[in-house]
Amino acid sequence: MTGTMAEALAADWQRLDPRMLAVTPLRQLAGFLPVIAVVFVLGGQDLDGRFFGLLVGVAAVVLVGMLRWLTTRYRITPERVELRSGLLFRSARSIPRDRIRSVDLTAGPVHRVFGLSVVKVGTGEHAEGIESRELTLDAVSAAEADRLRQLLLHRLGAADRAGALPGPGFPAGAGTPFAAGAPAGVGSAPGARGGAGTETELGRLDWSWLRFAPLTVSSLAAVGAVAGAFIQFVGELGVEPAQVAELGGVSERLSAAPLWLGITVLALAVLVIAVLGALLIFVEAWWGFRLVREPGTLRIRRGLLTARSVSLEERRLRGVEVTEPLLIRVGHGARLVAVATGLGDGPSHGRGALLPPAPLDEAHRVAGLVLAEDPPATRAPLRRHPPAALRRRLVRAVLPVLLVAAVLGLAPALGLPGWLGWAALGLLPVTVLLALDAYRNLGHALTEGYLVARHGPGMRRTVALQRSGVIGWTVRQSPLQRLAGLVTLTATTAAGSGAYQVYDVGTAEGLAVAEQAVPGLLTPFLHRHPVGAPVARSAAG
Amino acid sequence: MQPSEPLHLRPPRHRVSPRAITWWTTQAVLLVTAVLIIPLVGLVVWPAARPWLAAGTVVAAVLGLAYVLVMPRWRFRVHRWETTDDAVYTAAGWISQEWRVAPMSRIQTVDTERGPLQQLFGLSTVTVTTASAAGALHLAGLDHVLAADLVEQLTKTTQATPGDAT
Repeated sequence: MTGTMAEALAADWQRLDPRMLAVTPLRQLAGFLPVIAVVFVLGGQDLDGRFFGLLVGVAAVVLVGMLRWLTTRYRITPERVELRSGLLFRSARSIPRDRIRSVDLTAGPVHRVFGLSVVKVGTGEHAEGIESRELTLDAVSAAEADRLRQLLLHRLGAADRAGALPGPGFPAGAGTPFAAGAPAGVGSAPGARGGAGTETELGRLDWSWLRFAPLTVSSLAAVGAVAGAFIQFVGELGVEPAQVAELGGVSERLSAAPLWLGITVLALAVLVIAVLGALLIFVEAWWGFRLVREPGTLRIRRGLLTARSVSLEERRLRGVEVTEPLLIRVGHGARLVAVATGLGDGPSHGRGALLPPAPLDEAHRVAGLVLAEDPPATRAPLRRHPPAALRRRLVRAVLPVLLVAAVLGLAPALGLPGWLGWAALGLLPVTVLLALDAYRNLGHALTEGYLVARHGPGMRRTVALQRSGVIGWTVRQSPLQRLAGLVTLTATTAAGSGAYQVYDVGTAEGLAVAEQAVPGLLTPFLHRHPVGAPVARSAAG
Repeated sequence: MQPSEPLHLRPPRHRVSPRAITWWTTQAVLLVTAVLIIPLVGLVVWPAARPWLAAGTVVAAVLGLAYVLVMPRWRFRVHRWETTDDAVYTAAGWISQEWRVAPMSRIQTVDTERGPLQQLFGLSTVTVTTASAAGALHLAGLDHVLAADLVEQLTKTTQATPGDAT
């Protein structure tokens, strides 16, 4: 629609970095490498034909890469960021600059060798709008990427806190903060760039945190995925995994050994591979990790092979969450996640991680720095919930077990062994311990700026939510909660998962917290009644 | 922090339309009928199972009847709504109950939905959404004329209230 105008301003349009002419074909060929290998290893006698085929393939890939480079242009106007691409299927994307909430840089191994970096511009909106929420420049030079990042983000920061900046003199291009080659951040002294006064370090990697790597479930899952991919790859080469084992005579020796030995060896092997894999994944993901604050923005840089830079606008930050998954908790560790708008769902999930799995103290320390609160809100002394909350948890832990045990107690009548019922009772200590843990973890607090809530058997979650970020309340009460005088209070917010719960809090106390946290919102709907009156009886009218 | 006096949520000011009882009853009847059809067909095609299937059907029918009679009236006592200059306040549920508050300044959209049954009984459901993925308020079973007025009024108020709703 604005085609003519755009043409008139064509001078502003820029191409992606010319080095992409080499990078695009290389990356695509790398993807085809297994196929090429298979063709050459298993193909027939016609070697010349295969070479010719390969040549045609490479030429085609190079041509496609060239077309892509020739047809892709971007420009940054004072109001918008625009991207046009495609020859047959043209696409044009445009994002208003005042909507930009994040500018993330990623550089995979190939990009890094060529000194390039992918720029992803996001608006962080759950948009129903027509305009696309994300725009990706794949790729520009590392220096240009950093220039774009500063240009697109700091304008916001400057507009938001006018005067807080030391003039427009950003160290644009100064140093190579995201240059290829050296892992970002590592090698330069901590304070080396701090001299400009625009960047404060909030956290950096400590290699002793590597001990948490084997404790993360997600890394174990990743190892599974890698193993699966490997087996598939081997399968594509036409080799059965069993054959590989056969070659070493492993399976023969295993089948000769007693069963328990075989299982133990297998389990140990899986465990060793899993731990090694977890360590590798941790090292790749968190190498050179640094969390810094630039004016108005939090920035995370990390990655060994793929260098990643994630910028999070502080204006969008509504709080933080300290999560302690069971295994990591056993090792006195925790994760720290940002609660920010437009981060929670979709492909950007996981962008909110502010720290690798780290010691609990470190997570709290960084939480305090990020929230600019000392002591950190996540450390605030929490109020316990009433004993009725403990009773609820114990009943929920004991009743189902008793029920199952009773049903299994009838087992002999069906010809099943009689000990099943007693075995079920053996679960009681476990469920009761979990119930006690769940109650011990329950708690809430109000600090000057934050609502703090903690819950969870197993995975313990402590969320500190900005009081000004609460955009509504939900109070829920089941019949049993009514009898026990408890409610579940939910603060709704635009950030993170959208709702954060205070479970099984005393009715009056929960309402008081909600009233204080957001002054005036709940007050007109509250009654101050003598003790014993039921909550919100609907018969009042 | 320590509450000096016991606090309670008062019920919102307005009831929903009394026709909502008929609406919920119709829904309940349809649901119970759908559930009962399965054992009834079983009774016809599977004579061997008649004794216990019949007993089960009777129990289900009694429970279903209780549901049809109790749920709509109970809901009508609980479901209420209220708007002030600053907030929307709703109560919903029957066995489990839920109270929701959203400030005017955070409201993003106000929608109306009318299913076939609601159209039949002249009712509407007004949905008020905020920027939260979990914060929508539903005002079910309002008279549809009243609902239209309410939507108009809410839209006006939210447009007049400053704030970016996040």
